[in-house]
Amino acid sequence: MQIHLNERTVSIQSDETLGTIRDRFKPEADILILNGFPAKGDAKMTAGDRVVLIRRGEIPEAAELEAQLMARSTPGVYEAVHGATIGIAGVGGLGSAIAVALARSGIGRLVLADFDVVEPSNLNRQQYFIDQIGMPKVDALKANLARINPNVQTALFHGRLDRDNIPQVFAPVDILVEAFDAPDQKALLVGAFRKHFPDRPLVAGSGMAGYERANSVITRRGGKNFYICGDGESAAAAGNGLMAPRVGVAAHHQANAVLRLLLGEEP
Amino acid sequence: MATMTLTVNGEPRELKAGTDLAQLLQQMQLNADCVAVECNHLILERETFATTTLNDGDSLEVVQFVGGG
Repeated sequence: MQIHLNERTVSIQSDETLGTIRDRFKPEADILILNGFPAKGDAKMTAGDRVVLIRRGEIPEAAELEAQLMARSTPGVYEAVHGATIGIAGVGGLGSAIAVALARSGIGRLVLADFDVVEPSNLNRQQYFIDQIGMPKVDALKANLARINPNVQTALFHGRLDRDNIPQVFAPVDILVEAFDAPDQKALLVGAFRKHFPDRPLVAGSGMAGYERANSVITRRGGKNFYICGDGESAAAAGNGLMAPRVGVAAHHQANAVLRLLLGEEP
Repeated sequence: MATMTLTVNGEPRELKAGTDLAQLLQQMQLNADCVAVECNHLILERETFATTTLNDGDSLEVVQFVGGG
């Protein structure tokens, strides 16, 4: 019968176990993953199983890297997302965390747009580093994503988005994520993109400031092909700042909504 | 006074006949610069709010954005 071993199709005997497959193909492997979950050598095999063999601490060859990076993803997810192009408008607290989550999920291509540079007050919640202060955020994020998953392609737009350039910058995307800070900019982006591409999903964020309960952050539908993540009311304001935990909760609601849309599920 | 009934975010809402979208947003105490509006499944942009006349039976989805990201 046939199974998938590190994303290659191989033939095995029907009485083989995960252990005999390891011994035959990669005897030095000490992490055995069967269909997205670690398993022991005595695990029995079924046709079509997905096996990834990893040697702890070894940096794999480029050809095997992708399979090993995705070994713990639910089977079928990587296949569904690696052909997708996702736009992220604004790569601050929301956008940088969304980009990292999607890169780790194996998304094929990201269109990243932001006018800003990394500055110290960003580091309380955004996925950048001290030595990146002063860099355009899109350049810094591209560098960070490449260190996580070099298979993710990025297209960068370093500048201000407006009604005229929004349709151009995001023309290639299957889904757009709104991750701006200013509420009027959020509204402008959402209006312009939905007007131009009414059939493409858009996932926006609204209401994630402060340290109210994380459970008040939700994902809801806001119209046709339009979803909003947040509590809908906690605005960033004097006395109510933006911090990593709750911004991260909202960002990951948005990233999960993207994943669900790509897998054909309603967010 | 003639009135009309619309559905706004799934709830019925009675308005004076001839009310435009900008006036409705004002009544809802929403900043027109910070909302996304869909009327009968058509996306409306900020520039058209004041010239969008509402009609009896219209169905609107209005989403307000607050700052932070």
